[in-house]
Amino acid sequence: MTDLSTDYLGLGLRNPLVPSASPLSRHLDSALRLEDAGAAALVMYSLFEEELDAEAAMADRFLVNGHLGHGEADGFLPGHGDFTSGLDRYLEQLRRLKERLEIPVVASLNGVSPSGWVELGKELQQAGADALELNVYHVAADGDQPAETVETRYLGLLTALRQTVSLPIVMKLSPYFSSLPHFVRQLEQAGARGVALFNRFFQPDIDLESLRVENRLTLSRSDEALLRITWIAILHGRTRLTLAATGGVHGPQEAIKLLLAGADVVHMASCLLQHGPQRLTDILRGLERWMMEKEYDSVAQLKGSMSQQHLPDPTVLARANYLHVLDSYSFASGVRC
Amino acid sequence: MSTFLTLDGNEAAARMAYLCNEIIAIYPITPSSNMGEWADEWASQKRPNLWGTVPRIIEMQSEGGAAGALHGALTSGALATSFTASQGLLLYLPNLYKLAGELTPFVLHVAARAVATHALSIFGDHSDVMACRPTGCALLCSGSVQEAQDFALAAQAATLAGRLPVIHFFDGFRTSHEVAKIEAVELDTVRAMIDDGQVMAHRARALSPEHPVLRGTSQNPDVFFQSRERVNPVYETFPGAMQAAFDRFGELTGRRYRLFDYVGAADAERVLVLMGSGGQTALETVAHLAARGEQVGVLRVRLYRPWSGADFLAALPAATRDVAVLDRTKEPGADGEPLYKDVLATLAQAAADGRAMPRVIGGRYGLASKEFTPAMVKAVFDELAKPLPRRQFTVGILDDVSHLSLDWDPDFRTEAARNLQHAVFWGLGADGTVSANKNSIKIIGETTPLHAQGYFVYDSKKSGAVTASHLRFGPEPIRSTYLIEADMADFVACHQTIFLERYDMLAHARPGGVFLLNTPDPAERVWHSLPEATRVQIQTKGLQLWVIDAYGVAAEAGMGRRINTIMQTCFFAISGILPREQAITAIKQAVEKTYGRKSKRLTELNFRAIDLALEHLHEIAIPAQAETREAMAWIPAPTGLTEIPGFVRDITLPIHYGRGDLLPVSAMPLDGTWPLGTARYEKRNIALEIPVWDENLCTQCGKCVLVCPHSAIRARVFDAGLSRDAPPTFKHVPARSKDFPAGTRMSYQVAPEDCTGCRDCVEACPIHDKSNVSRRAVNMAPLTHELRLAERENFAFFLALPEFDREAVKHTTIPGSALLDPLFEFSGACAGCGETPYIRLATQLFGDRMLIANATGCSSIYGGNLPATPYTTNAEGRGPAWSNSLFEDNAEFGLGMRLAADKLMDHARRLAKAMASEIGGDLVTELVEADQRDEAGIRAQRRRVAVLLDRLAALKHPRARELASVAEWLIRRSVWIIGGDGWAYDIGYGGLDHVLALPYDVNILVLDTEVYSNTGGQTSKATPIGAVAKFSAGGKPTAKKDLGRLASSYGHVYVANVAYGAKDTQTLRVFHEAESYEGPSLIVAYSPCIAHGVDMQYNLRQQGMAVQSGHWPLFRFDPRVGETGANPWKLDCTAPGLPIRDFMQSETRFAMLSRSHPEDAERFLAAAQQAAEERFAAYKALAEAPPTRMAPPSASDPETPRSDT
Repeated sequence: MTDLSTDYLGLGLRNPLVPSASPLSRHLDSALRLEDAGAAALVMYSLFEEELDAEAAMADRFLVNGHLGHGEADGFLPGHGDFTSGLDRYLEQLRRLKERLEIPVVASLNGVSPSGWVELGKELQQAGADALELNVYHVAADGDQPAETVETRYLGLLTALRQTVSLPIVMKLSPYFSSLPHFVRQLEQAGARGVALFNRFFQPDIDLESLRVENRLTLSRSDEALLRITWIAILHGRTRLTLAATGGVHGPQEAIKLLLAGADVVHMASCLLQHGPQRLTDILRGLERWMMEKEYDSVAQLKGSMSQQHLPDPTVLARANYLHVLDSYSFASGVRC
Repeated sequence: MSTFLTLDGNEAAARMAYLCNEIIAIYPITPSSNMGEWADEWASQKRPNLWGTVPRIIEMQSEGGAAGALHGALTSGALATSFTASQGLLLYLPNLYKLAGELTPFVLHVAARAVATHALSIFGDHSDVMACRPTGCALLCSGSVQEAQDFALAAQAATLAGRLPVIHFFDGFRTSHEVAKIEAVELDTVRAMIDDGQVMAHRARALSPEHPVLRGTSQNPDVFFQSRERVNPVYETFPGAMQAAFDRFGELTGRRYRLFDYVGAADAERVLVLMGSGGQTALETVAHLAARGEQVGVLRVRLYRPWSGADFLAALPAATRDVAVLDRTKEPGADGEPLYKDVLATLAQAAADGRAMPRVIGGRYGLASKEFTPAMVKAVFDELAKPLPRRQFTVGILDDVSHLSLDWDPDFRTEAARNLQHAVFWGLGADGTVSANKNSIKIIGETTPLHAQGYFVYDSKKSGAVTASHLRFGPEPIRSTYLIEADMADFVACHQTIFLERYDMLAHARPGGVFLLNTPDPAERVWHSLPEATRVQIQTKGLQLWVIDAYGVAAEAGMGRRINTIMQTCFFAISGILPREQAITAIKQAVEKTYGRKSKRLTELNFRAIDLALEHLHEIAIPAQAETREAMAWIPAPTGLTEIPGFVRDITLPIHYGRGDLLPVSAMPLDGTWPLGTARYEKRNIALEIPVWDENLCTQCGKCVLVCPHSAIRARVFDAGLSRDAPPTFKHVPARSKDFPAGTRMSYQVAPEDCTGCRDCVEACPIHDKSNVSRRAVNMAPLTHELRLAERENFAFFLALPEFDREAVKHTTIPGSALLDPLFEFSGACAGCGETPYIRLATQLFGDRMLIANATGCSSIYGGNLPATPYTTNAEGRGPAWSNSLFEDNAEFGLGMRLAADKLMDHARRLAKAMASEIGGDLVTELVEADQRDEAGIRAQRRRVAVLLDRLAALKHPRARELASVAEWLIRRSVWIIGGDGWAYDIGYGGLDHVLALPYDVNILVLDTEVYSNTGGQTSKATPIGAVAKFSAGGKPTAKKDLGRLASSYGHVYVANVAYGAKDTQTLRVFHEAESYEGPSLIVAYSPCIAHGVDMQYNLRQQGMAVQSGHWPLFRFDPRVGETGANPWKLDCTAPGLPIRDFMQSETRFAMLSRSHPEDAERFLAAAQQAAEERFAAYKALAEAPPTRMAPPSASDPETPRSDT
């Protein structure tokens, strides 16, 4: 029997497949179906700072300060006594998931400012979260800001949260750090328990008819897994942090490759949204089948077996890789020119 | 230990009404709407009543409907109540007779308001409740916020005991909207006041099949009279029941009331009798005068009906020699007002029995919330002291026509008033000044032993409304039910710099007081930025001047343009009402309570704003006076207009500048008729940014003109020669259209001082700078002083250019229609209003021949609320003639206009034909048979009528004069019936449906905001499923009425759904088609509204989404097409391509439901999606169905033989 168990943020998981933040966790039914399909843990949908702010701004604009100052109308919408915030709904959903699921539930925070996150972390812990995923969604577009400031922002948030929350924290990162291994080391020192590589930014698109910019989130493609494979492989063995791979997993092949590279868990969302929870079962069976075919006993055995440290030529994951790719377009040595 | 509450009169009364009832039938009407809204909100929170159940709140289609529902509920055993005012109360009348006749216990709470006569007024007086005197209901009057609460409960106890229905009323606005600190009635008290035995007795009388009875019989001459007399014992005992309820209440709370409460000298010789909030001011004045040895007193009437003469006489001091009775109502033609005559009759009867007969005089005061001050009370007492006082008088106005008014000393102040702290705040409606002040009152009321009072004065505008908040604080209960008077305010704040040009706000300031000014000018330049009159007032009164750049601080704090917290902080920091630190802590606690866990970010932003406000608050050193100067008379700033008509100068502008109270009776039009075109003189300057035309990018499409809600951006083509005297910055370019002669110039011009800065024109502009998409052919720019002056001059030049020959302009294109002068401009509608562009468009196309019947609502308020009249005239002096009758009868009112126009046209035709030999047979034939379906035809007819009048002038006989008097009716009138969805879908639907069913040529424009906008966003039958609105706090569970489809079912009605922001060409086409159709036309116009919870700069986007999502399908149904054998149905939009979720989530009215009731929101979303798809499929099927011949339209008057025409 193949041992699929793995360790994730100190949580023992029965297998390495963990649905990442997606709307599937908004509904108890779909969360239960994911558990039934074999998910080893569940990352809840992200509590977006912007969403909370926008919601509060809407309430402030139209419910608290919606008046015109006209004698006949103090305001235009009914009182907001029963208006619940996104945070309240999130906490309620977390409680419901914890009540019904046996697998660990990871709460996910997506934000960029320190405002309110510390208190928020405490509430999520009290509501029963097993871990926190902190997705610092920051597009470093400010030309006055050096890279160090960007990193400091992440570290500051983590440190503040760490001081009040005893839960393991995983930092979800973007691929745009100039020195990722060094930064990961700093995160480790600041108290993170894991990193998830990588988040996917919304990509603004241009509507050619209206000449307006439109925000779109497209589902991932399997070739996006390659970037994750590279960096997981580089980081494996160089940090004690749990490594979660996220983005581009659509079938067993990507999952297996990421585990070989060194991932402790493999996240997935797009494929589940496209094909339903059954896809997770398919991937899990594919993983098992492959491991059996290749005679792997356990995921522990598999994990990181092709990380950079374990490759015969570690440079293939560094700049030399580029040359090799170019070389592959040169004629074979036995071919006559 | 008493619990204190800080609330307004509406909430105070509603608390008791809610606890004591099971069914609450409601309908919105100012100023009582809030009572129903409170009840609805509490019910949505599942708050229980006295018996542990949640009252059922039901909104009806009208007050008449609410009355019927109440009658049914009460006669079937439930405890039921309602809230209303004014015309709404009048709609209750038929049922009030029934309810009283059947001895039905219930309480109707009324925020008493003027009944519309020569004009509508939303303000308070007793003319509505006085109309209820004959109904048989008891009339109980409370005079303060405290009493509104206490009497609401006592009335409930008395009605159950005495079985008469009670109309519990208090003064609209003065009490209903005054915020005051009161002693709460605890639940235990309510429990102790309501006798469950009497409740059970009420239920035992219910109609029940278990013990059936018959009620509501039809009686004949033999027994009806006796039956009416049978109830007399109930009326005899009811005053006792009321007093018993008061006594019980006094035992429980210590607050003791009598049917007639007398206060004053025990040996008073002069006594004032009145009821309502004026009694508070009278009390304050009597205390002041009695302390100075004057033998005066005031007798306040609490239970007015049934009138208890014995109790009145018992309350009146025996020594009384002179009585003045004040009525807050007018009964024209009577020899005295109702209360006066009741008092007079009682005293006369007593005199007949031997009691000394005092002299009794009667006066009117306070109509429509006219101020009633201690000085006026004193004037009445002074009049009583005269040897021959006026028997009938008025007080509070200058009557130079009938000479009834008493003079009063404007400098008289009571001791009680001098012991209070006063603060006056001038704010802009939407800047949060009022809400911040309500918050301040709560802070002071709830965290200190001080008593607090707040009263708020609003102007009639929606965009840029001016608010004045009058706050009082003091150690004793505050009885001053009048505005803070001149030289009394310890603190005056001006939250908008522009007001310094318009209002004499420092008139309120007391010498040595504090003046706080929000100004963008740096502290070192502030002094010289002030108007001269303001500087002199500051110096003369020795005021402290503090300034803050609140908008700058708001921006720095990340608060956008919201300054209320900042100004509130400044008030507490420098007014000295509370210790500074205590006050700041209290503000921060209030912020946390508001935002708390909902948004840490907003809490932080507000905290930062508070801290920054303190840092940026500066005191300005006042320069020593160069010389001793008398206080300057305050003079408003010039408007920049050189030619101001006398009426505008003498009447309109004084009202605009807040000095309408000073106008004498003789200044008023006799019959409520006012001139058009006065809005243009206001020059309110409320925009912070205005659009600036980029003439080089512009393609002259006219869309900016089409969407402008305030007619503040206009287009003109003109001969190049006319530009010679143009101001240097006036922009004009060659007209692009080939329709105009070569060399013709084109200009798009903004009215800088009338624009509200909504941005809709920029949003509508389809042009992008090829190198910078954010730049359009109109772009917003800050309204600097320089820009304002330059564009003011340009706009004046623009207006002087003649309108281009209307016959040379294509009325059926957007660029062409944009060139037609609007005859509706600068209304007080909200910035970005979705309604007004439709009205403006109609006036551009048909304004010179329009008769408009306007239902009460937003469109009647921005259309006809004084002093501004936005409807205006063209260069020939023609323009829309407009009137508002009622809310409920507008379709019928407009039909009457049509009937009159047709009848007088018919009469003129008959006369003309009879005089054919004298005036020329050809002319008569042309006059009678003229085709006037379009503008060219109407112009031709105008010319014929001119010829006719010339010829008639030469004829001397009476028939010629008669024909001349009706000749103008030979020109076709375009009758428009305009109103909102509250009218068309609900209260006026019966009449609307009836008018649609008739063949007459009326154009009905329904401005569908999908909610009662004017009264604050209550649900109508136009409200879509899933929308949160007042009275639908949990989301409207049923679908919107499909008004257009219902109307189309008649077959002979032209019907269209339009949304100019989605498809402007269709809108324009519909207006032409509807107007030219010789039968009833119905245009249902989608009108985004601030009540949707979207900033109105996105008005056009929302219209687009509404259409794309299938929420608002565009279609036309033209019976003329049906007549030709083709299908009259035409869909003007494609199948829904946008999920309705995307549309609904973009508006707070829908989105907030997913925050409060997410499961319901999802259910409603699914239902809305399905309904949109089904509706479109149904329309498509109709549009694609094989044509069937519809009922032939007939615009002819069935009473008028065809041969006559």
